[in-house]
Amino acid sequence: MRYMLLICYDESFSPPETIGAETEAWVEEMDRRGVRKAGDRLRPASDATTVRVREDRAMLTDGPFAETKEQIAGFDLIECADLDEAIEVASRHPMAKVGMIEVRPFWEE
Amino acid sequence: MGRVNAEVEAALSETFREEWGRIVATLIRTTHDWDLAEECAQEAFARALETWPRDGVPRRPGAWLTTTARNRAVDHLRRRTTLANKLEEVARMMQPNEPDDENEVGVEDDRLRLFFTCCHPALPLEAQVALTLRTLAGLRTAEIARAFLVAEPTMAKRLVRAKGKIRHAAIPYRVPPAHELPERTGAVLAVLYLLFNEGYVATSGENLVREGLTTEAIRLSRTLAGLMPDEPEVLGLLALMLLHDARRLARVDDGGDLVPLEDQDRNRWDRDAIAEGVRLLDVALGRKRPGPYQLQAAIAACHATATNAAATDWAQIAALYSLLARTAPSPVVELNRAVAVAMADGPAAGLELVTVLEASGELSGYHLLSATRADLLRRLERSAEASVSYREALELASTDAERRFLERRLAETMGSVCPA
Repeated sequence: MRYMLLICYDESFSPPETIGAETEAWVEEMDRRGVRKAGDRLRPASDATTVRVREDRAMLTDGPFAETKEQIAGFDLIECADLDEAIEVASRHPMAKVGMIEVRPFWEE
Repeated sequence: MGRVNAEVEAALSETFREEWGRIVATLIRTTHDWDLAEECAQEAFARALETWPRDGVPRRPGAWLTTTARNRAVDHLRRRTTLANKLEEVARMMQPNEPDDENEVGVEDDRLRLFFTCCHPALPLEAQVALTLRTLAGLRTAEIARAFLVAEPTMAKRLVRAKGKIRHAAIPYRVPPAHELPERTGAVLAVLYLLFNEGYVATSGENLVREGLTTEAIRLSRTLAGLMPDEPEVLGLLALMLLHDARRLARVDDGGDLVPLEDQDRNRWDRDAIAEGVRLLDVALGRKRPGPYQLQAAIAACHATATNAAATDWAQIAALYSLLARTAPSPVVELNRAVAVAMADGPAAGLELVTVLEASGELSGYHLLSATRADLLRRLERSAEASVSYREALELASTDAERRFLERRLAETMGSVCPA
C-alpha cells in the first residue's frame, strides 16, 4: 500500500535548529527500511503559484491553492504493509512533533 | 405451531446475542469483506428462522449458524468474477481453521480483532461507536440511528464511510502488537464507556433503544473481559458499569424525576449486579495495575456497599477522587471530589474547592457546577446566594427531569429566604 505523507506546518511553527539533521536521519532510516520511495522539501507557500484554466483562460494567483494557516512543507511517498505501519513511519518524522503529517492513501487496484 | 415458533424465536434471539459478533468477526477475517460478512450472517439467521421451527433447534446452534454463514459466503464469492484471487479466497474459506498470522498477539478470537479494528483511532469516534454496535452487537442500522437521534440514511452513510476508510486506507484487521496494546485498549474502553453513558442518561422511557445501550455496553464489556481476562482496566470498566446499572430502578421515581443518591430506595438496587461488580473489581485490583476505570469502580463500590446513605464512607471516596485526579485529571473529577469533600469534611470545605474550580473557568456553562454550588450554599444556610445559583443551574439544565429537581430545590430554598 502506498501513502503520501504531506508534511505540514502552521503559522505557530518555528523550526528547531536540529530539524534538518533529524529529518536527514529519518530519511536515511526509511530509505534503509525500504519504505520510502521518494520525497523532498518544498519552498514555502509564498513562493507558490496557483493555476486555474476556465473557459480556455489560464488564471494565475500568487500563493497556495488554499489560504489556510496550515501549509505543506514537503512530501514523502512511502510504501507500507498497512495504515498502522504508515502511521508509525509518519510519527517518527521530526515534523510530527512540531507540525503535522497527513497520511493519504493512493488509489490501489 | 405458534408455541413452537415462540420457542424457536426465543432460542434464536438468545443465540443471536451470543453468536452474531463471532460469526461476523470470522467472516470478515476470511472474506476481507465487511458487507459480505454482515450479509451472510443475516442470511444464516434468516435460514434458521425458516428451518428451525420445522427441524428443531440444533444441538449446537452457534456451529450451525457459523457453517451456514460460511457456506453462503462461499456461494457469493463463487458467483462474483472468476479471477484467480477470488478462487483463492474461496479455496481458503473452505478450510475450517486458519493458522494465525505471526504478528498476532496469540489470541485467536476474531471478535478481539473486530473490537480493535472498529475502535481504530483513524476512524472518527462516532463511526467507531456505530461500527461496534453494528458488527459486534448486531444492532440494525435503524436502531443505531434511533439510539443516537440521527436519521437512518445519516447513520447508514456513517457506516459506509467507515468501512470505506478501513478498506481504502488499509486499516489492518488485527489485535495490535504488544507495545500498542495499552493505548489501543484504552480506545476500545472509551467507546464502550461512551455507549454506557449514552444509555445511562436516557431514563425517560421515550427511547428504549437508547436506554438499551447500557445493556449492550455491559454485554460488549463482558465479551471483552472474556477475551482479555488479564487486563485490569477491562475488568474495571465492566465492574463500573455493573455498579452504576445496579441502581437503575431506584434512580427515577414514578413521575420520571431523578432521585438523588442519598434518597434512593436501596432495596431497589440490584444486589447481584453489585456483588458481581465488587468481585470483578477485587480481581482487577489484585493485578496491581490501577487505572481510571478501576478507581471509578471503587468509588461506585463505596456507594453500592453502604447499607444506607449515612453509612457511606465519604472520606474514602474523597481519597479515591484525589487519586483519580492524579491519573486522569479533569474538571468534572475535581467537581466530584468537591462534593465528596463536602460530605466528609463539611460544606464549607467543599465550597472552597468549588470556588477554585469556578475561577479556572473550565466548567463555565456546566449546570452541575452551579447546582453543586447551590447545594453547598443551601447546606450552609446561605439561602439568598443558594437561590441565585439554583436559578443559574436552571438556565443551564438540559433535561426536564433535571429542571424539575432544581425547581423543587429552588422552591425549598426560597421558602427559607422569606422571614417567618
